[in-house]
Amino acid sequence: MKRVYVNEEWCLGCHLCEFNCGFANSGETSMIKAYHREQRPLSRIRVEDGDDIHFAVNCRHCKEPLCVKGCITGALSVEDGVIKIDQDQCIGCRTCIAMCPYGCLVLSHNHTMLKCELCLENSCGEPACVTGCPNRAIVYEERG
Amino acid sequence: MKTKYLIIGNSAAAIGGVQGIREVDKRSKIVLVADEPYSTYSRPLISYWLEGRVDREHMVYRNPDFYRQYGVDTLLGTKVTAIDPTRHIATTDDGKEITYEELLIATGSHPFVPPIEGKDQAKNAFTFTTFDDAQGVKKALTPDAKVVIMGGGLIGLKAAEALIDHVKSLTIVDLADRVMPSVLDSEVAQVMQQHLEDLGMVLKLKTSIKRVGNMSVTLSDGAKLPYDILIFAVGTRPNQALAEAAGIDCERGILTNESQLTSAADVYAAGDCTQSHDISADVDRNIAILPNAFMQGETAGINMAGGQAVFDKAFPVNSMGIKDFYLLTAGSTEGQPQIVNTPDGIRKFYIADDELKGYMILGECQRAGIYTDLIRQKTKLSTVDWNSLAEAPKLMAFDVSVRKADLAQAH
Repeated sequence: MKRVYVNEEWCLGCHLCEFNCGFANSGETSMIKAYHREQRPLSRIRVEDGDDIHFAVNCRHCKEPLCVKGCITGALSVEDGVIKIDQDQCIGCRTCIAMCPYGCLVLSHNHTMLKCELCLENSCGEPACVTGCPNRAIVYEERG
Repeated sequence: MKTKYLIIGNSAAAIGGVQGIREVDKRSKIVLVADEPYSTYSRPLISYWLEGRVDREHMVYRNPDFYRQYGVDTLLGTKVTAIDPTRHIATTDDGKEITYEELLIATGSHPFVPPIEGKDQAKNAFTFTTFDDAQGVKKALTPDAKVVIMGGGLIGLKAAEALIDHVKSLTIVDLADRVMPSVLDSEVAQVMQQHLEDLGMVLKLKTSIKRVGNMSVTLSDGAKLPYDILIFAVGTRPNQALAEAAGIDCERGILTNESQLTSAADVYAAGDCTQSHDISADVDRNIAILPNAFMQGETAGINMAGGQAVFDKAFPVNSMGIKDFYLLTAGSTEGQPQIVNTPDGIRKFYIADDELKGYMILGECQRAGIYTDLIRQKTKLSTVDWNSLAEAPKLMAFDVSVRKADLAQAH
């Protein structure tokens, strides 16, 4: 299946992917509106910045997803290879934070967990982080 | 009755078993027998339900359609009274004999109540591990209630969190010198204790209950404490009696190999009823936590259906919030401690043999799974930038080849 992959040599550290992610999942029609809210939209992708190196980290959609296996409420599930979270079922217990080896869960404003669902659950249809990346440092494709 | 697969139990390990079987075998018959009458629900959510944060509908561990989707015949409210591994037969309390080819014992654990004088006659006394327990407590609940909880571990503290805003007073009694003695050291427990006391809970540590009288308990220091609700939350013990009676090897839990196979042919066991090998302390022990239960159940299911899977990465991982103050712990307290103070709490690591053996995080805990994975993979800390990792969990601290494997390859 198609996943988001990182080419860290190409990442400029511009953090645009974070803004595009937050906007894509905000339900707003413009980025300005989205980021003018009292509670700024949260990104499900995180850019790590080093001295010379930058890269974005989001859910790997693992074939053996420890977050899903460890979820105590059944809020996390796998659908056609995509790891999804049911916000109504999540109680924000943070077991998934303790389970994910890559640190890809994000705490929402209302204390439930957020995660990358490859923009399949919002109106983008394909990952907004990838679409907006100016240097192809993140790509959405099939790999081994 | 005849079935290819028989599962005893209906919680995380049993559900993991169903999913594991169906990863390999989409068709053959699965029968699931459990003594509780309910569709599978999340045991940890009973405290959330009691507190009013989760309704009954959202306590489900899988939606009620799960059994139909996965092709499972259920016998709920039915108890298995005996198993005969030689003849491959399980007998139920209504006299049914079920012939199986592969059996999964996922019977869970039961609360341990110490032999205290008067406990059997005690009124309004509860344990706190099932939905029925939580319903019992709720019925006894009034705004004027005085609550005494015996046991300051995970179960006792979650019960306390659920009740503290709805009762007049709440006292936690524990024989240990600190709360959560099985996962916290004294120093970190101190921070948690302060938080509990700030919430209005009264802690009586190094204290036990000597006698239960008429709506009061007598403590080891001689004090007499009246109660309206008494909760025993001292700990749990594996439900291994069925296996023991069938001659299956047990210690502190049913013994299995890494395929979750017991000492009896075609009999598997998973979850709280088993003994695991804790890789973070290199000891065999009962690890009664939900993620392990699910993963062991899934492993068992795959093997029962003729696939190949091993579960050889058991160690404790606990996440617990008490009124928005969060605690994450994993692994053991082997080796040297290292402390990092954070703006809203404390982070403590235990390191031995150049490996992270355990951690305790109070307060901010985002991305802590990166630490958990160091324990799981037994990563040599000299191969990562540990000083930077201890400051904050990040993949930047790993070698570029590790990062490429993590972020640029499918897994």
